[in-house]
Amino acid sequence: MTLPLYGTALQSTGFSSDKARSVIRLRSIESVAERHLADFAIARTSDDIRRAIKTEWPSILVVSDDPIDLSGAFTGRLIAVSAKYDYFADGDVIGFDHASGKFRTLYRRNSAHNSFLVTERCNNYCLMCSQPPKNVDDRWILSEIKESLPLIDQATRALTFTGGETLSDWEDLIDVLKECRDRLPATAVQVLTNGRAFSNSRIVDAWKDIGHPKLMAAIPVYASVDYVHDHVVQAKGAFDETILGILKLKDRGQRVEIRVVLHALTAPIIEDTGRWIARNLPFVDHVALMGLENTGFAIANDAMLWMDPVDYGDGLARAVDHLRAAGVNVSVYNLPKCVLPKSVWPHALQSISDWKNGFVEECDRCDEKHACSGFFTTGRPRFSRGIRAITSQRDRLNALVD
Amino acid sequence: MARFSPPEAFSAATRDLSLLPFNFERTGTGQYLVANMVGDFIRLTEDELRRLVDLQARPGDGLYEKAYAAHLVTGTNQKAQRQLLAARLRSRMSFLQQTTPLHIFVVTLRCEHSCPYCQVSRQSTDRSRFDMSEQTAMRALDIAFASPSARIKIEFQGGEPLLNFPLIRTIVAAAKARSGKMLDFIIASNLALLDDAVLDFCKANDVQLSTSLDGPADLHNKNRPRPGANSHELAVAGIQRAREVLGHDKVGALMTTTEASLDRVDEIIEEYLRLDLDGVFLRPLSPFGFAIKTKQFAKYDAEKWLAFYERGLRRVLEINRQGTPFREFYAALLLTRMLSDRPIGYVDLRSPAGAGLGALVYNYDGSVFASDEGRMLAETGDDAFRLGHVEHDSYNSLILSDKLIGAISSSLTQCAPECSTCVYESHCGADPVYHHATQGDALGIKPLSAFCSRQKGIMSLLLDILESSPEDAAILRRWAAT
Repeated sequence: MTLPLYGTALQSTGFSSDKARSVIRLRSIESVAERHLADFAIARTSDDIRRAIKTEWPSILVVSDDPIDLSGAFTGRLIAVSAKYDYFADGDVIGFDHASGKFRTLYRRNSAHNSFLVTERCNNYCLMCSQPPKNVDDRWILSEIKESLPLIDQATRALTFTGGETLSDWEDLIDVLKECRDRLPATAVQVLTNGRAFSNSRIVDAWKDIGHPKLMAAIPVYASVDYVHDHVVQAKGAFDETILGILKLKDRGQRVEIRVVLHALTAPIIEDTGRWIARNLPFVDHVALMGLENTGFAIANDAMLWMDPVDYGDGLARAVDHLRAAGVNVSVYNLPKCVLPKSVWPHALQSISDWKNGFVEECDRCDEKHACSGFFTTGRPRFSRGIRAITSQRDRLNALVD
Repeated sequence: MARFSPPEAFSAATRDLSLLPFNFERTGTGQYLVANMVGDFIRLTEDELRRLVDLQARPGDGLYEKAYAAHLVTGTNQKAQRQLLAARLRSRMSFLQQTTPLHIFVVTLRCEHSCPYCQVSRQSTDRSRFDMSEQTAMRALDIAFASPSARIKIEFQGGEPLLNFPLIRTIVAAAKARSGKMLDFIIASNLALLDDAVLDFCKANDVQLSTSLDGPADLHNKNRPRPGANSHELAVAGIQRAREVLGHDKVGALMTTTEASLDRVDEIIEEYLRLDLDGVFLRPLSPFGFAIKTKQFAKYDAEKWLAFYERGLRRVLEINRQGTPFREFYAALLLTRMLSDRPIGYVDLRSPAGAGLGALVYNYDGSVFASDEGRMLAETGDDAFRLGHVEHDSYNSLILSDKLIGAISSSLTQCAPECSTCVYESHCGADPVYHHATQGDALGIKPLSAFCSRQKGIMSLLLDILESSPEDAAILRRWAAT
């Protein structure tokens, strides 16, 4: 299943032209929460629309493929979207462009995987990038995020900021993170960044000065050798800046996660990379070894990048061993259990965001499905030849073979 | 796709490469063991070593990748390689931030045992002029509390310290009455005199016990004679009673190797297992005190000891493979240094040396020594490590004494001949007291040093196991992990 996170409204009325975009929050019609100017009642039927108007909602979002019957004079703001957005629920936040009617889902209250795209610009050009960079002026996105933060439920456990390179406009991002600190003090914040900006002491000092207790920088390191990493990220000198950045962050007591995306250039050397991280950076807060999401540039570079996870499982297991022995907190993301050696299972997490997570038919018979990452549904999914339901019967067979 | 560049586009030109410092040792024909500045090991062939030194390693040739990951080369304009080494070296050396965390009080020189290997010349039990006075003890406490460490350990030694138990009570109470430091206490005792009063006191004051256990009864009793020939029986009974009252982890045991032990390492380990101890410390015999007088020390050389050690270590690994977690503590110490950058301030395995900087010893008569071995030397007439006296000296005057500064600065492995270029330097230590005792010189000639042979021998053995036996390597890595 892939949730559609953006689209174009079937119709919209009542928006003023002095502002190009609005950030809106969805509310159930019965909601008794204090109404904010940005709040829209969600209506799914004509009945809902009538009730919303009756209860004096000034703004309504209709989720329906049927024609809309406003039955009388409604002078407020109205947006209508197709029924395929029926996941919209109370508390969700949406960015809406007045002129084009285009909208993007920014935040879903019921999801554990909320991430904000900060920019599409990047100073890396990774071979497997799932979000290929564009060199456009998209600074309006950060303004939109600033506008969204006050609308987000304070009980939200975690938010992720992603890109592009999130620190492309580092001063603006740091302002946003300060807002998070003040408005969402209980929410853990993860920023995906290539870390190169942190080689600049001014930026890393500003990051530290945010003083956010639950802020983590998640930084990719693809190899223990400079040119191998630089090749993967297509930027000469990136390895040096990234490692310096990690050192400067940790020197200032900031939380850091290292992320290694596994593909044909990084997976065959994952044991070396894991051992190197264990020896050189054991003080990082978390290491995530991640299966490839086959979308974006990864599709274009498929011939260079595809490697069946069953062919790197043993090296992955040894990398996990090295990291564990050094006391490093290590997880494996995005890889289903059936393609992993059993020693890795305790580290394999259900990491794929709910809106792009799915299973295959074989999984229906599997005992471990409830505790498995499953698959990405985005792009052009590639499946390992090792996919096989895990059942107690199979375990017994394996025991015989062993 | 033209917009993506191939790997070659990201490699540095030869002229932009620089060597970083490393040490190496020839291990066989055309084979070299190489260690970077923080002691990460890799193996290179002679050809590879030559190409590396000539900066002929190129991306894609396998050598460049090995050498770069091991911090043997860097791009001239890169900073991360050097910063990583700096950060790691800083971590490894940060034991220096804890100055003099250990203070040893020799509360009496008397002992009811008469061990021929005793490193301290014992005195018969009835000569109370070999007891420390309360006045001396209080002055020693002044010095201990003047040391900069926020947490200090006070260790009671002898002789048999329980022969002057009243003074131990006084010192513990006085130390606790002072504020400003976290305190740990430990009594090093043969446990023969352990009774309820001692145990109640230890329980009430969270005092730990450390005892000697040389192996099975006949070996132990031969090594450690006492009237009644029941040292082993009393030690074992003492360990068990102490565990009942204080808790399982509040009593530890150490063994001393004698010539009689050399063929019996399996039995020694078996005895430690039988008593449900979590490991054994296979220690060499120290060349001090009576051990030299009675020629015990000369009776076996480093090679024999290493054979004993290897057999013991392999037996311990076998025990682990069979499912019982059990450690050899000296290997655990070395492995922690070889596989991590955690600061290990173990007195004999550091440079600058642990003498004085790691520990001070207050002898029964008020003399202050740089190490336990230093006072043992003094018992045989050599005052080289007697730093002063509690009556006339302060913490500062002891630590800044010419004797201590001389011994430490002249023995630094970082610049000592043989040590500074040794492939094991990062994980070794300066032992000025040992080298003074055996060679009359704090630095010593390392090829003649049994300390050096043992260190190299053990580390080479550990490396060998780490590289060639995956199952044992996994066990060894666990020892380094916690």
